[in-house]
Amino acid sequence: MLNDSDLSALFITLKLAVITTIILLIIGTPLAWWLARSRLRFKFLIEAVIALPLVLPPTVLGFYLLIALGPNGPIGGALQSLGGQPLAFTFTGLIIGSVFYSMPFVVQPLQSAFSAIGERPLEVAATLRASPLDRFFTVVVPLARPGFLTASVLGFAHTIGEFGVVLMIGGNIPGQTQVLSIAIYDHVEALEYSQAHWLSGGLLLLSFIMLMTVYALNRRFSLRNVSGIS
Amino acid sequence: MTIDARFKITRQNFTLDVNLTIPGKGISAIYGDSGCGKTTLLRAIAGLEKTPDGYLQVGDMLWQDGSFFVPPEKRSLGYVFQEPSLFTHLNVRRNLEYGLKRVPKTDCKVSLEQAVDLLSISHLLDRNSSELSGGERQRVAIARALATSPKILLMDEPLSALDLKRKQEIMPYLESLHDELKIPVLYVSHAPGEVARLADHLILLKDGKLKAAGKLDDMLTRLDLPLAHGDRAAALIHATVAGHDTEFNLTYLDFPGGRFTIAHKDLPVNHAVRLRVIARDVSLTSEHQSQTSILNIFPAVIEEITPEGNAQVMVRLLIQGIPLLARITRKSASLLKLTPGKKVFAQVKSVALLS
Repeated sequence: MLNDSDLSALFITLKLAVITTIILLIIGTPLAWWLARSRLRFKFLIEAVIALPLVLPPTVLGFYLLIALGPNGPIGGALQSLGGQPLAFTFTGLIIGSVFYSMPFVVQPLQSAFSAIGERPLEVAATLRASPLDRFFTVVVPLARPGFLTASVLGFAHTIGEFGVVLMIGGNIPGQTQVLSIAIYDHVEALEYSQAHWLSGGLLLLSFIMLMTVYALNRRFSLRNVSGIS
Repeated sequence: MTIDARFKITRQNFTLDVNLTIPGKGISAIYGDSGCGKTTLLRAIAGLEKTPDGYLQVGDMLWQDGSFFVPPEKRSLGYVFQEPSLFTHLNVRRNLEYGLKRVPKTDCKVSLEQAVDLLSISHLLDRNSSELSGGERQRVAIARALATSPKILLMDEPLSALDLKRKQEIMPYLESLHDELKIPVLYVSHAPGEVARLADHLILLKDGKLKAAGKLDDMLTRLDLPLAHGDRAAALIHATVAGHDTEFNLTYLDFPGGRFTIAHKDLPVNHAVRLRVIARDVSLTSEHQSQTSILNIFPAVIEEITPEGNAQVMVRLLIQGIPLLARITRKSASLLKLTPGKKVFAQVKSVALLS
């Protein structure tokens, strides 16, 4: 069945996905809110940048991140001159890569959920004495719950499934940066099909259960009026 | 207390440019055709429409003066939107509490129970907002606004999204607001019937500009305004129930100019009512007719006459200072030699009781 290195790959994968999802919700929520509300003319530029990982081969993203985070890159070099370590081939580097890679999967569901709410519920809340922050947490967040659920699950599942970015910037260091998808690849390369089956089957089942849960829950939510007022 | 408002708001192909003083009590209707800027004016008063240049003082509260701008959540006002506005993620009770619990305790003058009672919605409290009918939703929305103990209530065509039956269901509550509330109400409407029933004052907007403003009964009969022309032109008379005649099944209504006799209405004596007298139901005679089926005949003085189309004229009369409109043919006006100042008798064929 699973050996120690498989288990540590599973643990690293889950840890990576959880941390990435949390970071993405924290930075993705204000970003999606801004994208949903802003009437700025250059908004489309930022939308396009965020959507890039959807179309770009992950190796391209990984390649550029590797250069940026490596000892000679702008970020890695800056860190090194400050006495830190370059981020390439570290778990932190993996997280940075995953955040970029999974960003559209978190930002886009949130943005469309925020857009669907529209201006009116916020105006209603304002006339009922709620400050902007109060309005966000007591009106927008509850009304955008399906969006938050979709964003979290897609961000999480997509991070679990990444391969190219991880391989480029994380390398394949067992116990540090080796994640499930790469462990599967290694097993197949070594013709260890039974272990590859265990890991692949497990991943397939996990992904299916997560998506099923999202769609089932969102179906229940969507019976409600999307605009948030009636 | 008065409300002083001055706004200049430019939107795509539309400019609202008004400077007005609104009485600090009673219901003031903001009236005009759609697109004349009624809603924009109300939104500007609420602070929902931010303008770089404007002035708004409500009683002793300064809400806007140029760049000084109090955001809507810091203005103690209630706002009832035209379309339904209940939060779907909260049930009726939590919708009502949403505003109430954000008002400082010291400012709370209206309790949840009072607001619930006034709109008769206690049976709806535990329901989901999506289960309510349109009329029930608007009643909850009005109660929710009142529960914040506002200093002024703003209503943006609260009935326009409802069908006739629902309108009639809500009307009595709006009338009771008029009687129970001590705060001024601004009521946006383009329905003359609603205005005649509810309003005390009228603010008439046209193409983003203030056309006229004043007491409703006066405004309805001012011949220089469009309200006093056309088939629906009518005067509004405030009267009180004086008594009933059991033999002929009649009700007597007294107003400062005399007494109306109408078919019996089940109303208590001294009850205040509004009467609508349509201009085409009023005819004029130079002498008091005695052999006539018309019961309501009043001596009046002609104040003003203006042409109404080619064949008719609109006459503004005063019955002891109370204005009335009569629409008659130009020929009759000529035969009777009607001129301003002439004494005549106004025969009122029918009156409508508005409340």
